[in-house]
Amino acid sequence: MTVDTMAAIRQTFFQECEEQLSEMEVGLLAMDEGAADSETVNAVFRAVHSIKGGAGAFKLAALVQFAHTFETALDHVRSGKLAPTAEVMKPMLRAADVLSDLVEASRDGKEIDESSYEGVAEEVRALTLVDGEEEVEEVIDFQPAVIDFGLPDIAPEPASASRHDYRIKFAPRSELYANANEAALIIRELARLGTIEVECHTDAVPDLDAIDPAGAYLSWDIKLSSESPIEAVREIFEFVEGEAELSIETDGQPEVSDADIAALLARALSGTEEPAMSTTDSVVPETPLNTSTAEVSAAASPIAEVPKAAAVPAAQTTIRVEFDRVDRLINLVGELVINQAMLSQRVLEANFAGSSSVIIGLEELEQLTREIQESVMAIRAQPVKPLFQRMSRIVREVADATGKEVRLKTDGEATEVDKTVVERLADPLTHMIRNAVDHGIESPEARVAAGKPAEGNVRLSAAHRSGRIVIEISDDGAGIDRPKVRASAIKKGLISPDAQLSDSDIDNLLFLPGFSTAATISSISGRGVGMDVVKRSIQALGGRISISSRPGQGSTFSMSLPLTLAVLDGMAVSVAGQTLVVPLTAIVETLKPKKGELHGLGAEGRVMAIRNTFVPLIDVGTQLGFRDTPADPERSVAILVETGGGARNALLVDSIQDQRQVVIKSLETNYGAVAGIAAATILGDGRVALILDVDALVSGTFEDHLGESLRFGTVG
Amino acid sequence: MENTGLSAVGINREFVSFHVGTQEFCIDIMGVREIRGWTLATPLPHAPAYVRGVINLRGAVLPIVDLAMRFGLGLTEPTPRSVIIVVQVHQQVIGLLVDAVSDILTVPEASMQPTPDIASDLAKTFVKGVYAVDGRMISIVALDCVLPVSAKAAA
Repeated sequence: MTVDTMAAIRQTFFQECEEQLSEMEVGLLAMDEGAADSETVNAVFRAVHSIKGGAGAFKLAALVQFAHTFETALDHVRSGKLAPTAEVMKPMLRAADVLSDLVEASRDGKEIDESSYEGVAEEVRALTLVDGEEEVEEVIDFQPAVIDFGLPDIAPEPASASRHDYRIKFAPRSELYANANEAALIIRELARLGTIEVECHTDAVPDLDAIDPAGAYLSWDIKLSSESPIEAVREIFEFVEGEAELSIETDGQPEVSDADIAALLARALSGTEEPAMSTTDSVVPETPLNTSTAEVSAAASPIAEVPKAAAVPAAQTTIRVEFDRVDRLINLVGELVINQAMLSQRVLEANFAGSSSVIIGLEELEQLTREIQESVMAIRAQPVKPLFQRMSRIVREVADATGKEVRLKTDGEATEVDKTVVERLADPLTHMIRNAVDHGIESPEARVAAGKPAEGNVRLSAAHRSGRIVIEISDDGAGIDRPKVRASAIKKGLISPDAQLSDSDIDNLLFLPGFSTAATISSISGRGVGMDVVKRSIQALGGRISISSRPGQGSTFSMSLPLTLAVLDGMAVSVAGQTLVVPLTAIVETLKPKKGELHGLGAEGRVMAIRNTFVPLIDVGTQLGFRDTPADPERSVAILVETGGGARNALLVDSIQDQRQVVIKSLETNYGAVAGIAAATILGDGRVALILDVDALVSGTFEDHLGESLRFGTVG
Repeated sequence: MENTGLSAVGINREFVSFHVGTQEFCIDIMGVREIRGWTLATPLPHAPAYVRGVINLRGAVLPIVDLAMRFGLGLTEPTPRSVIIVVQVHQQVIGLLVDAVSDILTVPEASMQPTPDIASDLAKTFVKGVYAVDGRMISIVALDCVLPVSAKAAA
């Protein structure tokens, strides 16, 4: 196998690891909430087991070892020896975090110091200590044959559980040989598991002249005595499934009455009808097991469903596609949309009669184009679920570090948004979640004293609202301590001591650069990244953020973001004969300047009075060098914009055309960055229009004025 | 000279030649993506005078460089005969505004002559060498130097 193939397989392994980890996390959280059935426990177990198996193949020793420890504990839960109580689930969740870290480190070829997670490993190991005695030997083994159908007296004897006798009937069909498999190798592989007795049946071999050289005539009866679980045995036959008659029986089966056998048989027969099951499985009929789980007492039942996972993976309805291909497709569709718009305009200019077939055809084309664009955009859309899952880990870590009890509740995980948005949301969201736990939720004592449950709640929700995604983070903590925020802002010189501020003004102080409320800089939220950075990154995504807080009842941070970064809502304006696009997220309002509202300041500066606040006036035309003489403000339109830093400025433009959605095109691909310009777009007439970078445009003129930067008003 | 060119086909090169003002230039045909008519460009703020702006090339934003202005020969007044030669320079695609495309030349590479040593910035910066074809002198444009360095490096 070449290095390339190995690398590809390795990549696939880590991709699958991510899926497994995600499934594991979901399951564990369900278990933590006490909402887990045995299938969930099994799913978690399988996930960890698969990671361990794959890691073994790549000789990732640390990962294998930890996964094994974790798996052992999970097996105890699975077998009902360990109830998934809160005390048990805490170390389990921590172990899940460590496992994610280890997978990540292995993928990046890094080493994680074992001492950093030894504590967690020890805690998990401690879970498997029953009455102070470690049952390592037994736990390593699966107990696949133990099926609890609610029948009496079926407790397996531990001694027999650790050593199984398997009776395997193996009759390869010719496909097996045709696919370059070899029965002898499989038997040899079996022999490694334990002691083996093989009997070969040659009675099917025809006379020499009748023999088909590509046929399969031999079959084997194999008696295997091994400590390995049935999965291990099954695994050997994994590659020849469907290419051979195979049955594996073990002696580990409990004694059952005749009537029960009859019932089981009936189920088994219905089970074999399942199309995907080509092997006759005499031990564990698949379908009936699921149907019978109802009879089984919920969490305390050892259910051997592992074979199901091996043979019939969950319905796969997805394919993996390289991101480049999707992007190429999106670009092409973008061009199609523009082309279609241009064609429409040309046809309109050509003055066809309204009922002409050209117009009708064009309308159909337009509709189709829009549908294609939407569908293509949907490919990039991803649910926020993985992002939210990461947050539950942050909550755990911060809660542990601060000695708080916090539960994260998530809502609307299936809400979809562009992949880039999901990726770029991770940092700000992490920061806000940290804040919510560290600053929002009080200590358990303080909560109890305030008459609240000791355990705090942080809610993370996502929803689509009028073409945008709204993400809310709310806690039921103490709310924003406004006197403290105010005092802190005065102390830091951010506001004057006699400033008149409304409650929402004070809340918005949190977004000012250089603001941190924590009395002592904590290691968790006080990392020098303030809410101002959060706000800036949200705005960079074309989003807005707002706070609402009620003392004693908690705070809510609400973010509204565009569903995609490929299109932008903008206002098309005219400046010196050019069309420019101002991002709608930056615009607060538009005004018609009047004579008395304009004041000169310094040599060239001008300010505009808006409700008794003076905001710098920026003449877009001269600022961008489109004309030399400043425009007459009274014949222009002022657009009040707010920058990422919260400063307000008025942009002077000639006129406003309309509001529209534009496709964002990079200027940097073929040219380079242009000061004051964020990107370009293509108009319906095929011409390029520039999208203004409001922050850059503004920073080129006036320094942020403290007075202005406080007037937040309509954030959100 | 011509014999070597014919016998070793591999070293024949093809060039697209065009007029900028009264002078004739050429660029390697392998770098030319397409040739299209002039359309009005959207000006870029604070761009050098020879960057006429950007146009839409089937969904991509294409900067247009006025070669005459770039070579210090004065601003081109676009006419219906003016064309944009779309060329690929490394990872970037740019459009060159020229007065007219004249020919496709096949010349042996070995016949390239070094740029005559004259005290001209144009010659030193933008001309890689010259070819003599039918008594005409055709300068080979060094495409690397056409786009402003500042535009690439600007933050």
